[in-house]
Amino acid sequence: MTLMRITSPHAHGPMSTSRVMQNVLLATIPGIIVLTHFFGFGTLVNIFWGSIVAVACEALALTLRRRPLGFYLKDYSALVTAFLLCIALPPYSPWWLIAVGIASAILLAKHLYGGLGYNPFNPAMAGYVILLISFPIQMTAWAPPRGVGELPGLLEALQACFVPSTFDAVTMATPLDLMKQNNSLLLEDLWAQNAQFGRWAGIGWEWANIAFLAGGAWLLYQRIFTWHAPVAMLASLSLMAALFYDGGSSASGGSPLFHLLSGATMFGAFFIVTDPVTSTVSVRGRLIYGALIGALIYIIRVRGNYPDAVAFAVLIMNFAAPFIDHYTQPRTYGHRDTRGEE
Amino acid sequence: MLADYSILLISAILVNNFVLVQFLGLCPFMGVSNKLETAMGMSMATTFVLTLASACSNLTYHFLLQPLGLGYLRTIAFILVIAVVVQFTEMVVRKSSPLLYRVLGVYLPLITTNCAVLGVALLNINKDHNFLQSLFYGFGAAVGFSLVLVLFAAMRERLTVADVPTPFKGAAIGMVTAGLMSLAFMGFAGLV
Repeated sequence: MTLMRITSPHAHGPMSTSRVMQNVLLATIPGIIVLTHFFGFGTLVNIFWGSIVAVACEALALTLRRRPLGFYLKDYSALVTAFLLCIALPPYSPWWLIAVGIASAILLAKHLYGGLGYNPFNPAMAGYVILLISFPIQMTAWAPPRGVGELPGLLEALQACFVPSTFDAVTMATPLDLMKQNNSLLLEDLWAQNAQFGRWAGIGWEWANIAFLAGGAWLLYQRIFTWHAPVAMLASLSLMAALFYDGGSSASGGSPLFHLLSGATMFGAFFIVTDPVTSTVSVRGRLIYGALIGALIYIIRVRGNYPDAVAFAVLIMNFAAPFIDHYTQPRTYGHRDTRGEE
Repeated sequence: MLADYSILLISAILVNNFVLVQFLGLCPFMGVSNKLETAMGMSMATTFVLTLASACSNLTYHFLLQPLGLGYLRTIAFILVIAVVVQFTEMVVRKSSPLLYRVLGVYLPLITTNCAVLGVALLNINKDHNFLQSLFYGFGAAVGFSLVLVLFAAMRERLTVADVPTPFKGAAIGMVTAGLMSLAFMGFAGLV
C-alpha cells in the first residue's frame, strides 16, 4: 500500500454510518416520550428488552460469520432496528413476541442477506409483518390511551413483558380499527360514541404522529435523508383520502387529516420509508416509491383486512424498489438520454 | 358488470396472486428470474399463452367434455390443450415475427410445464366461470405472474452482489426472499 501525501485543506465528511444511526435514534425520542405519556411505560419496556435481544442477535450472527464484533456493533444499526420495531409493537407485549420479532428482523431479514447494506427488506418492518401474520391477537392488542383507560405503572409494565401470564391486559380498539369496523354510523356519531377519538384522530395517536413528524423534520434538517420519499408518501396518502372522503358518511374512509395523524403514518414516512438501504436511489425513483407507498397504505387501511398498513405497504414497495431503480437511472452527466433518440 | 370484471382482475393479480399466495408456477418463478431481460420475455410469452389457454380450455370443457359426459378427463384434456396452444403460438410467432421468436426463445415451449397455466384452467371450471370470465381470470393470473416475476428478477440481480452467507447463496436466498414477499402480499387480503 502506498501512502499518499495529501496537503491541506482537508475536507472531512462528518457523516458516518454510526453518526447517521445515532441521529435516527435521537430523533425517535420525542415520539417515544409522547407514546409513553399516553400509553404508559409499555413502549419503554419494549425498547429496553428489544435492544438487548437485538444486540445479542447481532453478536450471534457476527460471531457465526466470523466478522469483527466491535466494528459492526458500533454502527448502532441493530439498535435502530430494535427501536423502530419496538415503537411499532403494541405496548405491554410479552417478551417472547418481542424476541421473535427482533430475531426475525435481525437474523432473517438482515444477516441472511449479508448484513447492513445488503438487506432488500426493511428489517424492522419485515419483523413486524412476520409477527402480525403469526400472532394477530397479540399484535392488535393496543392499550387504551391516558384519560380513557387506567394506565399500568412501571412495575406492571415489566410484569406484562416478562411474566405475561400474571398480567391482565386491558386493550381497546384503536381509532383505525373502529374506522374499519364501522359500517353503519356517521363519522360524527362514531366519534361521539367512542372515547378513543380526539380532536383530529385518536387521543394520543395525533400527538405521537406530530412528535414523529418533529423528529423527522429534525433529521431532514440534519440532511440524513432527502425530502422526496416522505413528502411523496404523505402527499399521495392525503390525495387518496381527499378523493374518497365524502364528508363523513358511514362508508367514508376518513378525512385526510385523520389518515395523516393516525397509526404509523408519520413514523413510517420519516423513519421507515427513508431507510437508505431498502428504498430507491434516484430522485425520481424516490418520488415514485413514496407515492406508491402512500396509495397502498390508504387502499389497505380502508379496503383490506388489516387496520394499519404501513408495514405491508413498505414491504411491498421494498420488493419493487430494485425494479424502480432499474428504470429511473439518472442521466450520466455529459451524456444524452439515448432511449429518447431511438 | 364492469365492476365484476375489475374485481376478478384485482383478485387474480394481487389478492390471490398465483405465485405468492397460491404458490403455483414456482418453477419458472425461481428458474427464469436470474436476469431482468429474460424475465420480461418469459412474462410476455406467459401472458399470451395463459390468456389463450384459459379461453381454449373453457371452450373445450363446455363444448366437448361436458356434452360427452367426460368431465373427469379434464386434467388430461387441459394438458393437451395447453400443449397445443403453446405449439401453435410457437409456430405462429416463428413465421410471423422472427424477432419476437428470438426474444422469447426457449421460454415459449417451457410454458407447457408451468403449473399456473393448468391451475388457471382447472380453477376456471371449479369456479364456474363463463367464457369471458375465464378470459379475464387467465389474463389477470398472467399479469400477476408477470408482475412478481419481473420485480423478483430485478431484486435477484441485486442479490447476486450481496454478501450472502455461503450456505444461503443462490436458490436458498431466493426462496427466503420469495417467502418474505409472500408475507407482504398477504397485506392485500380482504381487498375484494
